Amino acid sequence: MTTTPLDNPLSVKKAGLSHTAVYWIGFCVVMAVLIVAPLVLPVFWAKFLTEILIWGLLAMSSDILIGYTGMVSFGHSAFFGLGMYGAAGALLLFPPNLWLAILFGLAGAGAAALFVAYFSTRLRDIYFAITTLIFSQIFYVIIFTWTKVTGGENGLIFTRPHLTFAWLFDQRFDRVTMHWFVLAIVAGSYLTLRRIMHSPFGMVLQSIRENEARTRAIGYPVQRYKIIAVMLSGLFAGLAGVLYAVQNEFAAPDFVYFITSGDTVIFNVMGGIGTLVGPIVGAGFFQLLRELMSRIFGDQFPYLIPLGVIFIVMIIFLPQGLMGWARRWLNK
Amino acid sequence: MSATATNGQALVSVEGLHTYYGKSHILDGVSLQIGHGEVVGLLGRNGVGKSTTLKTIMGLVAAAQGKIEFEGRSITGLPPHKLAKMGIGYVPEDRRIFRLLTVMENLRVGLDRPGVAEEKRRALLDKVFTFFPRLAERRAQPGGTLSGGEQQMLAIARAMMLEPKIILLDEPTEGLMPRMVSQIREIVDVLHKEGVAILLVEQNVPLTLEASQRVYIMEKGVVRHHGPAAELHVEHVVIKQYLGV
Amino acid sequence: MHALTAVFQDIPVDLILIQTVNGIVTGMILALVASGLTLIFGIMDVVNFAHGELFMLGAYIGVIVMTATGNFWLALIVAGLVIALLGAAMQIATLRPLIGRDPLNTILATFGVSLILQNFALWYFGPTARRMPTPITGHFTFFYLDYPWYRMVIALMSAAIIGGFYLFLKYSKYGIWIRATTQDRVMAQAMGIPVPWVLTGVFALGAGMAAASGVLFAPLVGVDHSMGLDWVLKAFIVVVVGGMGSLGGSVVAAIFISLLEAYASIWVSPSQAVIVSFVVLILTLLFRPTGLFATPK
Repeated sequence: MTTTPLDNPLSVKKAGLSHTAVYWIGFCVVMAVLIVAPLVLPVFWAKFLTEILIWGLLAMSSDILIGYTGMVSFGHSAFFGLGMYGAAGALLLFPPNLWLAILFGLAGAGAAALFVAYFSTRLRDIYFAITTLIFSQIFYVIIFTWTKVTGGENGLIFTRPHLTFAWLFDQRFDRVTMHWFVLAIVAGSYLTLRRIMHSPFGMVLQSIRENEARTRAIGYPVQRYKIIAVMLSGLFAGLAGVLYAVQNEFAAPDFVYFITSGDTVIFNVMGGIGTLVGPIVGAGFFQLLRELMSRIFGDQFPYLIPLGVIFIVMIIFLPQGLMGWARRWLNK
Repeated sequence: MSATATNGQALVSVEGLHTYYGKSHILDGVSLQIGHGEVVGLLGRNGVGKSTTLKTIMGLVAAAQGKIEFEGRSITGLPPHKLAKMGIGYVPEDRRIFRLLTVMENLRVGLDRPGVAEEKRRALLDKVFTFFPRLAERRAQPGGTLSGGEQQMLAIARAMMLEPKIILLDEPTEGLMPRMVSQIREIVDVLHKEGVAILLVEQNVPLTLEASQRVYIMEKGVVRHHGPAAELHVEHVVIKQYLGV
Repeated sequence: MHALTAVFQDIPVDLILIQTVNGIVTGMILALVASGLTLIFGIMDVVNFAHGELFMLGAYIGVIVMTATGNFWLALIVAGLVIALLGAAMQIATLRPLIGRDPLNTILATFGVSLILQNFALWYFGPTARRMPTPITGHFTFFYLDYPWYRMVIALMSAAIIGGFYLFLKYSKYGIWIRATTQDRVMAQAMGIPVPWVLTGVFALGAGMAAASGVLFAPLVGVDHSMGLDWVLKAFIVVVVGGMGSLGGSVVAAIFISLLEAYASIWVSPSQAVIVSFVVLILTLLFRPTGLFATPK
């Protein structure tokens, strides 16, 4: 994306590597660290890291809407939850199969996303946010009260499927391979989403964020784009739900409560919206702080109070999130 | 040329004002002065920054650089509601009366100030209703139902409720019928007789030259000419230069 | 004909009567909550996520004052004032710095405050619910049924507060300031109205109304830290169905939805009865997204 003037050898020497090269090197370094991590970290922190990746994927899916299309959604808990319950359904109804679970989870999340998108994309801004919130609560109530199907308050428990590749490969997940699987999916999702957001489609979404009226005036079917954006976002959120179910072997209605959506939005804002990787950083930052606080102040400490304050302070003074701050700091 | 005010000090003094809208440099160093009780005209083609000058004085637009003084005290950066209380009235270009409030409620906004006794209020209302009998007739009607001319009268009346020392009038005759235009002309005279200073932004050159004591002419964000209105007339070379079509 | 009478025999008439009154009572309280929300949204374009928490804290303060003094009216007033102050502080600290920025930020900021307040309540008051002693004992006969007095009083109080507020907006000097600020913030300033303080005042008013609803509602249920959540959700539904920014619409929508829910809970459990409000919302969004009962205000 940046140009390195080819006809000026001096500036090439000064600039060193191009922007893209730096980016990919950074990416590989981070990946390497994440791959090695479960082998060197104590069990607690390794599992912690895996969970951060899953929450990060959820937050990343939400970034499509918040960061790129300019729509704040509080409905991600529904997509996440339905991905989780969809996977649970597959694992309970049929002989446990990883790919079937993923399929069911994505189908569930996708259906929810289509439903929510159809209604809520008619409205803009604040109205959209409220509607998505209400819809996520609708799903919560259904899941919570339809005890026969969803296990109600207690949720569902099931066994983790094996990692299978057709008939070639069948192996149980252990902690480390589970982590690598999650990492592979999250990294793959990140790269896919990055590709999509930089494609013409992604550019239209960003243009909707900048000036919806103008985008519509130019001739783009804005509502259709929004629906696709919500569905895309919902699918990846559902994927995160599937991963969560597979990793933890249970599905619970708590995750469908809109608080999960709220947490997701917090990860986004803290990490930096519109960056895809920011939300993952935000998720990590949030969980880390929470863990730290419960270590220092004890389990009963209402960690959300100081975290809430930090959140608000960041909105006011650091609206670009941690990534934005890091970017500015690096550019100095 | 400086303004000779009655006590040697200008009522409002603007120095070196720079204002931006985004990246556009609208005011490029505007300086002017209005003496106590003076009617000062501000002329210029569309888009030279006349309205922006008024808005900056009123604190509705932040000045990037420059000083604004009122009665010798700096008012740069003060919020508009403080300026209104200090005695600066503002009648904007599109009137902007409160359309869903009745005429009476529009007036009450400026009338209900602390320290204004009941008789004073009634006196103010009487005065305004005498100037503008049409408003008296329509006092219970929502502002939005008034005609253009009546809305202009209401906008001016509303500002008068603040008992201002100076009124910033932005294109009051725009879009009005000739009969209303002369009514505006009369109001400017009456206000002048009462000792209220007026900074009059107008496209109507003859009216401005008649009503004002002094005139500033702006072009592209700066003042290009100022002097007594009596020295100018419609055919004057200066007028033709900066305002000619 | 025979089948028709059979159907009518099945309908529990006394239940319907009671539920009608219950629906109206709850509806009036919901209307009060939603009014505060609509007020804040209509004037400041701020969606106050923390509204439910202000409601909840108001209820807690009400319980504390009531238990300490035995005076319900005192509880109402103290809760209203304290939470109004809290609301003002909240607006000054978190919303003023965000004026002029993308409205997205205010949603997030109020969401952050709601988290803080909710967890504070959990930490300070503990997880067990508290009960508020009923302010007025005694029943009265309604047709052939007994109905507790205090429920009627609560509904009347709600109506009185809403009515009083309406009068305040229409006729008082500050009411005119608020209306002028809503219509044209810039010119309101130019007319000497201290707009930043009007905004703070409006927020405080909305907060006070939420707190009052909390105190009024407290005798009907147990007071706990999560009671705000359900109410804020319902209040949002009411605001959308009633037409955002329309005070009259919110009141009508609140009663409408509460009545439907009250009837529904004759046949299904209360936690499922909330689906009714969701359905109403969906229907509104489908057919009249500007609000079912919107009146120009």
